[in-house]
Amino acid sequence: MNEIRDILRSMDYGPAPEESSNVEAWFDSNKRRFGHYIGGSFVWPRGTESFAVFNPATGDQIADVANGSAKDVDTAFQAAKKAFIGWSSKSGQERSRVLYAIARQVQKHSRFLAVLESIDNGKPIRETRDIDIPLVARHFYHHAGWAALAESEFAGYRAAGVCGQVIPWNFPLLMLSWKVAPALAAGCTVVLKPAEFTPLTAIAFAEICREAGLPDGVFNVVNGDGETGAAIVEHDGFDKIAFTGSTEVGRHIRKATAGTGKKLSLELGGKSPFIVFEDADLDGAVEGVVDAIWFNQGQVCCAGSRLLVQEGIADRFYDKLKTRMEKLRVGDPLDKAIDMGSLVAPIQWDRVNELVQKGVEEGAARWCPSWTVSDKGSFYPPTLFTGVDPASILAQEEIFGPVLVATTFRTPDEAVSLANNTRYGLAASIWSQTIDVAFDAARSVKAGVVWINSTNLFDAMAGFGGYRESGFGREGGREGMFEYLKPSEPSKAKIIEAAAQMSAPLPKGSGSAATLDRTAKFYVGGKQVRPDSGYSDPVFNSKGVLISEVGRGNRKDIRNAVEAAHGAKGWGGMTGHQRAQVLYFLAENLQTRADEFAARLTAMTGASAKSASAEVAASVARIIDYAAWADKYDGAVRAPQSNMLSLALNEPFGVVGISCPDEAPLLAFISMVMPAIAMGNRVVVTPSPIHPLAAADFYQVLETSDVPGGVVNIINGNRDELAEVLARHDDVACCWYVGPADGSRLVEFESAGNLKSTWVNYGKSREWLNPTSADKKEYLRHACQVKTIWTPFGA
Amino acid sequence: MNQSTAITGFEAAAGNVADVHARNVPMQLDASLFEGVSINRSAAERRAGTLATRRTVKKQWQAAWLVQAIGCIDLTTLAGDDTADRVRRLCAKARHPLRDDLVAHLGLADAPPKVGAVCVYPTMVPHAVAALSNSGIPVASVATGFPSGLTPMDQRLAEIRYAVDHGASEIDIVITRGHVLGGNWAALHEEVALMREACGEAHLKAILGTGDLQTLTNVYRASMVCMMAGADVIKTSTGKEAVNATLPVSLTMVRAAREYYQATGFKIGFKPAGGLKAAKEAIAWLILMKEELGTEWTRPDLFRIGASSLLTDIERQIEHFVTGRYSAAFRHPMN
Repeated sequence: MNEIRDILRSMDYGPAPEESSNVEAWFDSNKRRFGHYIGGSFVWPRGTESFAVFNPATGDQIADVANGSAKDVDTAFQAAKKAFIGWSSKSGQERSRVLYAIARQVQKHSRFLAVLESIDNGKPIRETRDIDIPLVARHFYHHAGWAALAESEFAGYRAAGVCGQVIPWNFPLLMLSWKVAPALAAGCTVVLKPAEFTPLTAIAFAEICREAGLPDGVFNVVNGDGETGAAIVEHDGFDKIAFTGSTEVGRHIRKATAGTGKKLSLELGGKSPFIVFEDADLDGAVEGVVDAIWFNQGQVCCAGSRLLVQEGIADRFYDKLKTRMEKLRVGDPLDKAIDMGSLVAPIQWDRVNELVQKGVEEGAARWCPSWTVSDKGSFYPPTLFTGVDPASILAQEEIFGPVLVATTFRTPDEAVSLANNTRYGLAASIWSQTIDVAFDAARSVKAGVVWINSTNLFDAMAGFGGYRESGFGREGGREGMFEYLKPSEPSKAKIIEAAAQMSAPLPKGSGSAATLDRTAKFYVGGKQVRPDSGYSDPVFNSKGVLISEVGRGNRKDIRNAVEAAHGAKGWGGMTGHQRAQVLYFLAENLQTRADEFAARLTAMTGASAKSASAEVAASVARIIDYAAWADKYDGAVRAPQSNMLSLALNEPFGVVGISCPDEAPLLAFISMVMPAIAMGNRVVVTPSPIHPLAAADFYQVLETSDVPGGVVNIINGNRDELAEVLARHDDVACCWYVGPADGSRLVEFESAGNLKSTWVNYGKSREWLNPTSADKKEYLRHACQVKTIWTPFGA
Repeated sequence: MNQSTAITGFEAAAGNVADVHARNVPMQLDASLFEGVSINRSAAERRAGTLATRRTVKKQWQAAWLVQAIGCIDLTTLAGDDTADRVRRLCAKARHPLRDDLVAHLGLADAPPKVGAVCVYPTMVPHAVAALSNSGIPVASVATGFPSGLTPMDQRLAEIRYAVDHGASEIDIVITRGHVLGGNWAALHEEVALMREACGEAHLKAILGTGDLQTLTNVYRASMVCMMAGADVIKTSTGKEAVNATLPVSLTMVRAAREYYQATGFKIGFKPAGGLKAAKEAIAWLILMKEELGTEWTRPDLFRIGASSLLTDIERQIEHFVTGRYSAAFRHPMN
């Protein structure tokens, strides 16, 4: 027996296969055939078509899985709807116990789930065993806690309702847990569609739900392909749609759900930067790259796929990286000693390879380790491209494979510019040993998750989600819970009807020649400007008497206003304290002119002197409210690991478009603009088209209150016309709309272009005069996006 | 370690002879090799924490790797109650670390494993040298005021010469930790260079006392200075500090060795010491060496493990491989 001696010579690792017989037995006991899980039963409806599920590493078929129809989706929806009343009315404590039981069951079956996930997806058993499944259990534990605390911590909110959830194939069970755990904690019920490549752990999870005593119908699975997913999205009944997947499909979902009033969260693609500064721990950063792009074969939405290296160290860093790449092991996912398994399917392999070939054709330098990967399955070697310029397809497109593209930068500013030179904004990894450099970059990158000197760290207590076209909504943490809650509805909400169109541009009212002509202009970049169109519209009072005229804004006015708003960047960089002072000053100045504003309201709307005064007083109070919040609506510091703090920062969106309703023309304007600017946003706001004068007067108050030019920009005109321009503007990050239902639909539909965040009223009136404190906080919540910065430490 | 002694019998028999590498030649202190380097602890800990979860060896591979580990052990006794007989017992075990039946089962009867070296205090060197005659196993001696290193320089150098004169072919010196803590790199460089000179043909293993140095950046810088001063091996610990060899510290040191090799072309050995008791730890450190430096660095001329009780656990694990039964320590001859 010379084997030992041979091994002594080579010091090879040898095979280290994970036992898979338990999972194989489970396949066999199910006759390798898996249906849906609806209303607490596994079903295979008559006439169901099926699709084959393969083991990506071998290409062998594992099972047949039912392909759900729209009818199956509806059956599941009805089951979830039926279960909703019972589940949502349970006490938080009761729900908590079930979630806790699920977490325990996941732990008890952890190896089974890890092996199953590896077989189904092709990812290494090391990852499913050490990362995916522990995070799944962690997610249910964490949300068992939120369930228990829901009544006290989310007072004023209730369960969003029945949720349709569509999840991807890259982290099948983990993405399930990110969606299902908060939904169940909030009291929602769920219809989930797993990805057709990887449906099996969701089936196993359904079994776990049964064991854990989850009531029938609270969690349902409908398997199927993209059409099944579309059936969920298009189904009328769901109150909430949650999707993780490609930006293209996300865009489609945004359009399909526009105006329906369904809550929506989208976690989409990314092209996340991995920035290495010259003072970084280079060996540490090399290992970070391994975790960034060769984790899960690079099939990670937040993969650090764009390597940005400071010029002076680039060659050394590339050398180190290549040395490290030689040591990676690609092979059987069930082998415990491999780094990368198989891509999920041949079609993904083709897609990755096609992009790589294009990159080669473009002239980028490709480097792969000297060894080759198996032809069987869908194995792809770790691949490095250097000298990739930002215009290259490799730098722009999400490859979703083990392909890293590298480029150099000269200065920290340039690093941030390159990092932000993308439509996406999911994650960023920043490597520097200097805290100043690292934090400066962390604050400056447009990304929902930033890892300093680390990468691809996840925890249930830290929110995850993107900026820009990487989607909106957060998963995990307190912020993630809001995706499955909605404010308890004000009982008196009315339906806002569309107002009559403004009449012809030529004035023909009874304007008194004795009064000086006073035409409300626009307010852009701190200056009063005339409309680009050269047209004005009449403003009538409640009796139909012409009282003034107002400029008619068009798309160019909006364009100019957005540019002015971008020019006022300094506002976002000011401290909350500084912004608060400006707001207090505003309140003071409005107070001084209270009578004048009240008179104007009366003249415009016919409101009684008493109610007009009340509106002005409420406006002053509202400004003070948000001045008070300006330095207090702060984020959270969490400790997801013992040597790690994660900071959840409430960052302003940047430029926010605001469309105001006709009701309470001053107060609604104030109630929407103030929280937005208190948080550091700059706004382009369109006041009520029929009662525009109060807001127009207000620019004089802005001018006298040290509000920097460009922070508030006011354009009058047709609400929906201008809202459409704002919603379609790719440099506007967020749109708020309060008006008739059609406009809400329009804004949501058009926002799909750059997947901006939206907040609309679906034609329902809002309480302006006496909002609850929860209502007022909703404005702040919608004025910010949460950036989570992970900061490890250790001397 | 010099070549003649670094290759143990079974390796020679297996043709498992590492490329002969040139001995490190001391160089002037060049601060540019370490000054800009700062080690991120949490990143090092994450890498160290996943080394043994990303790699593993099973069955015959595990057995072979454990045999490899035996060949890398510096079987050590460094206690106040060491006696000549105690050292002779240790040396007997060093010659014959694995029971014959186990060796036969592994197919290594014609070239049975031996440990990498025996490591003792200077006054024990003559006993060890006598007990190991004709074994090919080198004797290593600690020196220079071990474990604190805080005795006068001439005495520390005299201690090295004493051990060398009595037949030690490897000297495990300790550095003045204060030089590192104070950033006095020139003093550290000078000290180690003098010690290297005193070693002559004997190989110098520089013990950093990493538990005292605390930060990984200190560990990295001290490693680099010691190598520049002529160390043949860099070693973590005396075994007497509060914290001994850890994987993050070891990772930092082997990365320094890699950097030094790239800068100078000299291959420097690495020796973790202190607290290594379990066979699986030996495997983890071998994985570290293979992953960060390469297979060449898993052999005794470039890798040693300072340990005393580790061997027993390895014997038990090898017996388990051979018999399928869990073993007991008393079934294996003690040292």
